[in-house]
Amino acid sequence: MTKGIDKLVQRPISRRTALIGLVGTAGALSMPWIARAQAETIRIGFPTPLTGPFAAEANDQVRSAQLAVKLANDKGGIAGRKVELLVRDDKLNAGEAATRTLELIEKDKVHAVVGALSSAVQLAVNEVTRARNMIYVSISQSDTINEIKDFSPYTFHEALNPTMTTAVVARHSFQKGSKVAYLVADYAYGHEMLTGFKRAAEVIGAETVGEILHPFGAADYSTFIPTILSLNPDILCICNFGRDQANSIKQAVDFGVKDMMKIVVPVILHNQRLAVDPEVFEGVVGGANYYWGLEETVPSAKAFNDVFRAEYKGAIPTDYGAYGYTGVASLLMAIEKAGGTEPQKVIEAMEALKYDVAKGEQFYRKCDHQSVQSVLVLESKAKSDMKSDADLFKIVANEPASESILRSCSELGFKS
Amino acid sequence: MSVVRNVELAPPSSRRGLAVLFPGANRWRVPLSVLTLCILPWVLPSQALAVNVLIYGLLAVGYNLLFGYTGLLSFGHAAFFGAGAYATGIAIGTFGVNWFVAMVVGLAVAGFLATIMGMLAIRTRGIYFSMVTLALSQLVYYTALQASSWTGGENGLRGFTVSTLSFPGFSLNFLDPLVKYYAITIVVALALWFVSRALNSPFGAVIEAIRENETRARACGYNVERTKLLSFVLSGILCGLAGTLSAMHLSIVPLDSLHYQTSGLIVMMTLLGGAGSFFGPFIGALAFLLMEDIFSLWTTNWQLIVGVIFILFVLYLPKGIWGTLISWGKGR
Amino acid sequence: MTVQLIAMQLFSGLALGAILIMVALGLSIIFGMLGIVNFAHGALFMVGAYAGLYVAGLTGSFWWALVLAPVLIGLFGMLIERFLIRPLYGRSPDDPLLLTFGLGYVLVEAVRILFGTDGIPFSTPAALRGVVNLGIGFFPLYRLFVIGVVLAVLLLLWLGLERTKFGLIVRAGSADPLIMRVLGVDISKLWLVVFGIGVGITALGGVLAAPMRNVSPEMGTLVLAEAFVVTVIGGMGSLAGAVIAGLIVGVAVSMTSLFAPEMATIVMFALMALILLVRPNGLYGRAAPGL
Repeated sequence: MTKGIDKLVQRPISRRTALIGLVGTAGALSMPWIARAQAETIRIGFPTPLTGPFAAEANDQVRSAQLAVKLANDKGGIAGRKVELLVRDDKLNAGEAATRTLELIEKDKVHAVVGALSSAVQLAVNEVTRARNMIYVSISQSDTINEIKDFSPYTFHEALNPTMTTAVVARHSFQKGSKVAYLVADYAYGHEMLTGFKRAAEVIGAETVGEILHPFGAADYSTFIPTILSLNPDILCICNFGRDQANSIKQAVDFGVKDMMKIVVPVILHNQRLAVDPEVFEGVVGGANYYWGLEETVPSAKAFNDVFRAEYKGAIPTDYGAYGYTGVASLLMAIEKAGGTEPQKVIEAMEALKYDVAKGEQFYRKCDHQSVQSVLVLESKAKSDMKSDADLFKIVANEPASESILRSCSELGFKS
Repeated sequence: MSVVRNVELAPPSSRRGLAVLFPGANRWRVPLSVLTLCILPWVLPSQALAVNVLIYGLLAVGYNLLFGYTGLLSFGHAAFFGAGAYATGIAIGTFGVNWFVAMVVGLAVAGFLATIMGMLAIRTRGIYFSMVTLALSQLVYYTALQASSWTGGENGLRGFTVSTLSFPGFSLNFLDPLVKYYAITIVVALALWFVSRALNSPFGAVIEAIRENETRARACGYNVERTKLLSFVLSGILCGLAGTLSAMHLSIVPLDSLHYQTSGLIVMMTLLGGAGSFFGPFIGALAFLLMEDIFSLWTTNWQLIVGVIFILFVLYLPKGIWGTLISWGKGR
Repeated sequence: MTVQLIAMQLFSGLALGAILIMVALGLSIIFGMLGIVNFAHGALFMVGAYAGLYVAGLTGSFWWALVLAPVLIGLFGMLIERFLIRPLYGRSPDDPLLLTFGLGYVLVEAVRILFGTDGIPFSTPAALRGVVNLGIGFFPLYRLFVIGVVLAVLLLLWLGLERTKFGLIVRAGSADPLIMRVLGVDISKLWLVVFGIGVGITALGGVLAAPMRNVSPEMGTLVLAEAFVVTVIGGMGSLAGAVIAGLIVGVAVSMTSLFAPEMATIVMFALMALILLVRPNGLYGRAAPGL
């Protein structure tokens, strides 16, 4: 209700100062909307890159998010209201994402935004929602969004961040005295992964023998490989993402790198693994937020897989897809608890929420709104060990949710 | 061979065309254009889209000065768009200057960059001109990617949201989409007036003479190099202005704004609307963004449709939407 | 940093240069002979890789893919020339550039519809797997094979252009189409064939690249940039220029990778800007057409 009143107070002032007669008409036209604000459908905007190199992940996100909405509507809605998901194509482009988010807020009058699949896109959405006091649940990896500079009290980060994934992956792949070399994509996300690994390596007692930065989005990695071989490490940590990861691993394997050292990556993706031969990824270790094989040990994962299979003809949810589910489901739980979409109340409910919808217990840390959650370490299987086309990974570890793998609030710049 | 071709198929100047459609339209082309722009937010699907039409329309108008009127096909104008946007964002976010100063900074940086790139590029001709501008703008792109402490690198530039435009005595709520739209329209209107004046001046006549026949223009005693450079710089500044507006509109600067695909987008919009006509580029931006907006809601394969339409235009309507309308008007 | 490492880096650079030549050759031929800047070059490269994937899937053999895919895509290229490019002859040299720019959009999207948006695995053929000891270090056998193919293609092109009647007509036609027409040569047929050959070689590059770079609808985006850099540095339309430029760029990238690896991409564009400032038409180029 307060939101409506705010609007009533704010609009005439801006109108008077604007001195543009047309704006007055716009204000009057939007009045009926304010009057029926409470009874209406809860609208959630969902920008995601339906076109571009991560379209497969984006489609999985949409399916998972729609599933969360469907389940909520099937049991009678949230706080007595129907829920609607408004999916928009952000084309993996930050400018496009900002425009779509503005449209969702200004034209479609959404009550919250969930989504994004790249660091740049989520920061763009965050910037738009922050200025307009709009709840945003980000479901893509980034360390930057946790830091005070980009923090928005209205934003929650449901995805893992590089600090968390690298800490856990390093714990299960580095040993005291291991010699580690890094091949790092030269952009913010790459550097975040590198920093995370080195921090973990220091604790474990592993030695860094070299860091090689490669240009973001490079097509050929052959010229970096002689240097890597000359460093003679035990472990090669490849800190890049998506196509860069698939290309660099493939070319390293061509050079026989895998026979000489172990390859470790921060995040191993279901769909990217499918885009390459199993022999290329065989034995590569990486982190993940979700893998369908979790159903053997985690009851909520079993339940999530089952509803997903039932809804989508036996298909299984994937890692980035699962974020669509956990992100939307946690938001809807908070709206239910808050009894509506009033932002301040939703924020309080999100901060107090404990949820277990797909992968064990999770909660949002109060200072930076980061979702504290379990991290998986996966190892890519050999073709001969795969029991089905979806049987891609062996679960090396399932590290339970713990704040200890996060950077502390004061480290991020928050006063505690 | 190509010289003869140029004379035959050169897009008709809008001055002649519009003058036939409506007597005295030349004098009215700026007010008419602005009036059309004022209606946009009420007919387009969303106000955010309408603002994008303004910004990309201005970008295409700026580009058209070089491509449509001077006949130079640059593939690097994203550099000026991005430079204007980054300079404005950095001026506000890092140095805390007010929005107006930041806009001036954006124009100055874009103009400076255009002067340097222009001086290097106009030494080359034909297809090499396109390639040099492409190479130089890619250098700008990679520089922005590397200088992440200033530009935010791949994450893009953030942290400079302009929520109010303060003037002496009053202020505007820039977060209100309609206020934002009309505030930007005023800036765009001023830019259009400027372009119209420039085209009506002797400078406008000389650049068209260069487009029609460079050798003849030189023989007539015009300083072709200096005119080309001036056209390049003016065009760069206008694209920079579009960049500053884009930064203030979106409250972020994406790294993609410097990518060569953005340059390609500008070319497509200009061509679609009609290169060498006054209002054509705006029509092109409007048509392109509207197509993208509608088709992308409807199918994820919107690029297929946009690509096919573009091919059909190159083949059958090389004068673009507006240019074709004008020649129909003339034929009547 | 040992001498061995530097030697190995130099070799990697030359090998990369060979791959870059392969990537750029189709663009260079079409521009050199027809004066057309083919902006769909990257997309056709990608289409070539997918055609290779398709043929390999049907026949179960990489070798058939290597032979048939370029032929198929070359024929497809002829269709493009006949129905899309030919109407543009005699118009502005910008028009084919703009048309192929739009064509690139269409091809990428068509492949997304036909083959999906995800990357698709393309295995290195079994006979070409493994590494070879060069004395200074190990190098993948497949990359050595690619170098061999590039040398063979270059030799064939050179023989075809310099030692056959067809080559003579093509060279004469690109020098002065009007005179050739007066002499009774059907120029349009000639250009159809040359365009087809250019596109076919582009597709061959795509098939060869598929086992090294993963096959995906976006794989052409970067290729377009690489090909432009090599072609422009060499001088658009010069075969020898493209070869020299490919090697120079390869070695430059490789040496940058050793000393400042994050600059490995930017160095290509810096090199291109630098060379064009000193020699506005590239190393071996002639003046741009139409002027």
